[in-house]
Amino acid sequence: MDRIPILKMGEFLLVTIQVDLYDRLALTLESDLMNMVSRTEARGVLIDISAVSIVDSFMGRILGNIASMSKIMDAETVVVGMQPAVAITLVELGLTLSGVHTALDVEMGMELLREKIGPQPNDEEDLYDDII
Amino acid sequence: MMTLSKENFEIKREPDVILYRNRAKELAAKIGMSLVGQTKLITAASELVRNMLRYADGGTGTIEVIVKNNIKGIRLTFADKGPGIKDLKLAMQDGFSTGRSLGLGLPGAKRLSNEFDIKSEPGKGTTVTIIRWKNGL
Repeated sequence: MDRIPILKMGEFLLVTIQVDLYDRLALTLESDLMNMVSRTEARGVLIDISAVSIVDSFMGRILGNIASMSKIMDAETVVVGMQPAVAITLVELGLTLSGVHTALDVEMGMELLREKIGPQPNDEEDLYDDII
Repeated sequence: MMTLSKENFEIKREPDVILYRNRAKELAAKIGMSLVGQTKLITAASELVRNMLRYADGGTGTIEVIVKNNIKGIRLTFADKGPGIKDLKLAMQDGFSTGRSLGLGLPGAKRLSNEFDIKSEPGKGTTVTIIRWKNGL
């Protein structure tokens, strides 16, 4: 069966969708991602859709689902790289992707994720120093 | 209105959709449709093909290059022999779904098209036709 690869980068998971998705593939990605979040204790999921030429209502729903499921599992989701034509089409279709964080590109998406999950365990000592 | 070319695709499984979408996009690009126009066309197609697979176990998708008043366009037809739609008016409303989807399929596809036509007869099937003109923005 076809699968979209999921890469682990520190405490983030990175998914670059390079092929046009059909429904079954999107559903497999959804469950693979949730399993990976649980297994790796990831705090953030970054989905790059810059190579995707079409996001329809099903795909939009999957992105929304991934964001809400990740949230429940204490991870934030950011979708990056949406093509202008895809954004125009999505809005006309009537899909707002509410609840999904978006950023322009991977770099800005990473920054947003770091902001969202706040101070890291490594920074904790510094925090205590401040309090003491 | 005149048809310049016509291709039929049997759509029985999900991956068939990609082949169909790609061909529609290719032809839309060939007649000079803008990228936004192409994207709207294939997104509408994606919604309609999904309905066909979900509610009617597939059907036939047709892609035509048409011309009217010297303007070219793409006409897509989706014909199935499924259970048909009982209440078309209801099905065309945003947010209505008998499945567990968002209910954006039919009304969304209509918004993304320049022309939209749906015919359905309970027990016999459904045929949806959409057109996007080259200059249809």
